[in-house]
Amino acid sequence: MPVNKTPAKSLRIERRARAVTITVDGRAIAAQLGDSVAAAMLAAGEQIFRTSPRAGTPRGPFCFMGSCQECAVRIDGVVVPACGVPVSDGLVVERVAIDDR
Amino acid sequence: MTARFEAIVIGGGPAGMAASVTIAAAGHSVLLVDEAAAPGGQVYRATFPGLDAGPVQGDADRRLGDAWRARLRGSAVQVASEHVVWEVGEGFRVSALGSNGSVSWRARALVAATGTTERVVPFKGWTTPGVFGLAGATVMLKAQMTLPGQNVVVAGVGPLLAAVAYKIVTSGGRVAAIVDLSSASDWLGRLPAMATRPDLLARGLMWMARLLRAGVPFHRRSTISAVHGAARVEAVDIVPVDGDRRPIPGRQPISMPCDALVIGHGLVPQTDVTGLLGALHRFEVARGGWIAERDGNFETTIPGLFIAGDGGGIFGAAAATAQGELAGHAVSRHLSGHSTAGEIGRLRRQLRRAQRFGGAMAELMALRDGQVDAITADCVVCRCEDVTRAEIDAAVDAGATDVNQMKAWTRCGMGPCQGRSCGDVAAAIVGLRVGGRVVAGKFTVRPPIRPLPIGKLTGRFDYADIPIPKPAPL
Repeated sequence: MPVNKTPAKSLRIERRARAVTITVDGRAIAAQLGDSVAAAMLAAGEQIFRTSPRAGTPRGPFCFMGSCQECAVRIDGVVVPACGVPVSDGLVVERVAIDDR
Repeated sequence: MTARFEAIVIGGGPAGMAASVTIAAAGHSVLLVDEAAAPGGQVYRATFPGLDAGPVQGDADRRLGDAWRARLRGSAVQVASEHVVWEVGEGFRVSALGSNGSVSWRARALVAATGTTERVVPFKGWTTPGVFGLAGATVMLKAQMTLPGQNVVVAGVGPLLAAVAYKIVTSGGRVAAIVDLSSASDWLGRLPAMATRPDLLARGLMWMARLLRAGVPFHRRSTISAVHGAARVEAVDIVPVDGDRRPIPGRQPISMPCDALVIGHGLVPQTDVTGLLGALHRFEVARGGWIAERDGNFETTIPGLFIAGDGGGIFGAAAATAQGELAGHAVSRHLSGHSTAGEIGRLRRQLRRAQRFGGAMAELMALRDGQVDAITADCVVCRCEDVTRAEIDAAVDAGATDVNQMKAWTRCGMGPCQGRSCGDVAAAIVGLRVGGRVVAGKFTVRPPIRPLPIGKLTGRFDYADIPIPKPAPL
């Protein structure tokens, strides 16, 4: 019987997975194998992935299917949607600056 | 060198998996190209390696997805995962970007099984981080085992509302409210069609009953008019709507505190591949929007180009599987000239049944004019380029007669998503002014159909290695 009393303590749903660490703009973030980069960043409280180029408003993952490009980050020199990239230990992620998308 | 196959299937969801397995079973060489790490598409999305999501019991989608992935592994289908198709040409030539740069393949028959994107009708604050698509939330929850928020409002229309809310509550999260655009009579009117799939109907009713018993507040015939919070979601405004899903004027919104909003207003078929190849399309609101014309064998107006699954009109995953198998048989006939085994009749009956249920759900989610009317002038419609409704309307006032003129004047649809997020709604806004969706048209598809890092296309090179021809004598 589901309950709906208190807000979730963590965004992570309980699972068995190995702990790994990724860095986002130089900051170490605890992640778990099987996370996408987007899910790991959200679970670590990182909601703002970039700002929109024209109005400069904050943006984060939206469609979670690789279509909207709102969660675009730079990994290995290439800009990719963070929702479709699995984490690996030591993965280096950089946010994309507005003027070099 | 360009590898050749007898058939190429684009998209590894239910339709693409079924089509490619069927084509291979008939003895033809077939390549399945898919952008994800493993086949499955969105509904049957596989978890990333290393994630043990626990026992599979009770999750029918995961069971079906695993079963199809097993069939693929046991087949002669060649699978190119993590390959993003960026161009499709006549002949057929398919170019895709993988980890080793761009590759091209050729085939005599092509199956587009490209599925859909989710429609979210814009409202004030919908670009705020913490607002997610409803279909996207199913991927987050099921394939990535992550909650959208600690206290979530689930809004929009269709069967995913209860599915997502139930998954959140049973995963330890809290649902602040469910906000359903449709009314009880919208659902009741579709009961006969839903009764054709008693398993799905029973599952939906079980979800609803458990959510109600858990005390989740339910707002029927209501919508979200605004999100509060600048950099993250702090609360949403809930307002009642009329029968055309237009917010009722003068009604005070209910403010609901939450830290995330998941919201979806149906699905839109992806017509990139059929559009690039110049197949004939028609507009059908109940099927999600613009769809490629196809005959009873799922062949489009381009000979050898087939379309299967929701990319050819929304009917849901069960129908997509049956369509994929039928399209696979049709491709085999196209390639060999022989008709295939006698399971066509069974598949067609299965498809009819699946389409009754899936079709009713698609009609429930179909876009109504009232939803488009409700988009306020200052609301951003194109998220990539921050183009507001007022700018789209101004373009029509200035003489734009279709969406492509409007796009050229406003940059609406020119950002990195290439109009996938806004295309349907932007066309609906233009359509209200120019005499309908057929007049308004659809964004022209041009390659590359996905963002393409030019460095990946050219590969690594040294300028010194580029031969420079001798200058012509003066």
